[in-house]
Amino acid sequence: MTEESRHETEDTKELLNQHMSFEPITIITSKVVKLQVDNIDTDRIIPARFLKSVDSSGFGKNLFHDWRYRPDGSPDPEFVLNKPEGQGQILLTGKNFGCGSSREHAAWALYQYGFRVIISSGFADIFRTNALNNGLLPLEVGADTLALLMDMHQANPSAPWTVDLQSQQLTADRQLQTAFDINPFRKHCLITGSDVIDYLASLKPQILEYETNHPIK
Amino acid sequence: MKSKTLFDKLWDQHEVLSLEDGSSVIYIDRHFIHEVTSPQAFAGLEKRGLPFFRPDQAIATMDHNIPTTGQANPVMGAESGLQVSRLRENCAKHGIALFGMTHPMNGIVHVIGPELGLTRPGMTIVCGDSHTSTHGAFGTIAFGIGTSEVEMVMASQCLLQRRPKTMRINIGGKLSVGVTAKDLILYLISKLGTGAGTGYFIEFAGEAIRLLSMEGRMTVCNMAIEMGARGGLVAPDEVTFNYLIHREFSPSGEQWEQALSGWKLLKSDDDVVFDREETFDASDVAPMITWGTNPGAGIPITGTIPDNDLKALAYMGWNGGEKIMDQKIDYVFVGSCTNGRIEDLREFASYVQGHKKADGVTAWIVPGSKKVELQAREEGIEEILNEAGFELREPGCSACLAMNDDKIPAGKYCISTSNRNFEGRQGPGARTLLASPLTAAAAALTGRISDPRRSVIPTKFGTPSPTTKGDE
Repeated sequence: MTEESRHETEDTKELLNQHMSFEPITIITSKVVKLQVDNIDTDRIIPARFLKSVDSSGFGKNLFHDWRYRPDGSPDPEFVLNKPEGQGQILLTGKNFGCGSSREHAAWALYQYGFRVIISSGFADIFRTNALNNGLLPLEVGADTLALLMDMHQANPSAPWTVDLQSQQLTADRQLQTAFDINPFRKHCLITGSDVIDYLASLKPQILEYETNHPIK
Repeated sequence: MKSKTLFDKLWDQHEVLSLEDGSSVIYIDRHFIHEVTSPQAFAGLEKRGLPFFRPDQAIATMDHNIPTTGQANPVMGAESGLQVSRLRENCAKHGIALFGMTHPMNGIVHVIGPELGLTRPGMTIVCGDSHTSTHGAFGTIAFGIGTSEVEMVMASQCLLQRRPKTMRINIGGKLSVGVTAKDLILYLISKLGTGAGTGYFIEFAGEAIRLLSMEGRMTVCNMAIEMGARGGLVAPDEVTFNYLIHREFSPSGEQWEQALSGWKLLKSDDDVVFDREETFDASDVAPMITWGTNPGAGIPITGTIPDNDLKALAYMGWNGGEKIMDQKIDYVFVGSCTNGRIEDLREFASYVQGHKKADGVTAWIVPGSKKVELQAREEGIEEILNEAGFELREPGCSACLAMNDDKIPAGKYCISTSNRNFEGRQGPGARTLLASPLTAAAAALTGRISDPRRSVIPTKFGTPSPTTKGDE
């Protein structure tokens, strides 16, 4: 690490602590909600007609709305969120989760429903960033591991699983332990409950210098 | 000097800081704002007590939730109305140019940026909308962001990003008559899959791309996100420069010449190696249509509905193994940031000219912008549409995402020139079939999925051709 970037990181940490945008994540131990569908898009997570708010709260009740409720507005008892096993802080789901629209409302809805960790074998790029900016951990595992986790959940749906962000370990049903990757800066943000907006705003001198050297054509 | 891709050249030019963990602080030249994904960002900025750093580089429009009829006296729900008025207040407060409803420069954010010359080669462009990838057609790094990132750009004109990997998709040869840019991108997504682009920025290259108009290139880049890509771009060339010259906000005179000399250098080095490379032949592409519930579900219009995705088949109300041709449709939607440009309306009009819309089909023809609407009127497109039983509406995102009242009823089939056929995208229970404006036109006349190549009729706009040049 260079002198400059170390300094950068320390400054960053100090600044990051100014604004707590969400509850920090350290260790999450929770039952797991399984939604075994691939390619769940953000229109599924929250349909566009529920984006008509100028606030960033109140989206949890519309999470997975068109699967969760029947056309008459009553809960669909077949959908997992309406079953006893639909409560938990960990969502286990299929590949390419969060594809499609960039709506951050999808991350807000998941967080506000109570999820803190989404386990999948892949996340769409924009969703991944939105999740990280909102205290939601996108925990990526390999396709084989995901299949194994799905089977383990099938065998014991009410077993608590543990996600330890500090050590980057997922422990499923006390039987399977697997490590996961996360960018160190993003990890720090999740553990401290902070975001990167103030950090970027603090770079004003560098940004002004950049602008001087790079006029827009 | 090490060879570089165009993407990497632009990335390097916009890197304010390179961090130890491989992330970069990237400078954003242009920020487009709309009413749905911005209010929380404005509020966050104020809560932190931060100023809007570069209001001159932001442009705002209203497009997502607005009605597409009666905009002069808009009828909107209270919540949509509040988003619209909040955008107006926020733009006034921070000194941001706003093209509101009925403004002559209003329209879908990804239509107006290019048509006004606000989108220019070499730029970095973001918007709180995934189809920001559209602007890549001009040789830009353009991508969609969430609302937290909108706030970051408001606060600093920068984003913290990891450098994506690079992919080049080469499309050699020529598209056949009746086959459009939309068919090409649906074909590519069907071959590569909806997650193939995750973590990548794509460069589209090859003869078939060079032969496309700017409108066609925008359609292709627009749907790069449907492959999961961070964005897609095309190196600028004479087609790009001819499109941009004399646009409202394009540079002029000496400044144009200066800009042009820089833009001409924007291309990937000949010997550069991409992280991934794919090659296709345009002559293999037929008119495409999607049968399922993601944009990767494209099949040739002469094809058979697959039988392996029971969930999608159940949603679409179809049996696997049947031909898709001649299946009944109820609605036609022409518009969106994918196919709401003048060339798209020309294609549609050229096909329906002298014919009549099928009984029982409801058609919404929604221009991508006020300028497109005006041009369609001036070129006589509106008249052709009216004679054929169609009407031209006012601009907006409309039935692409059904945030306004333009919703497809549950269970109804809509052939749509938009970009997403997700469950419920066009309204709860709506069944969306993505296709080109020509294929939509063919279906509008028959009420059934029809091959637009069966009867391509020469008209005053000429035979619909994939090599039509842009609107100089």
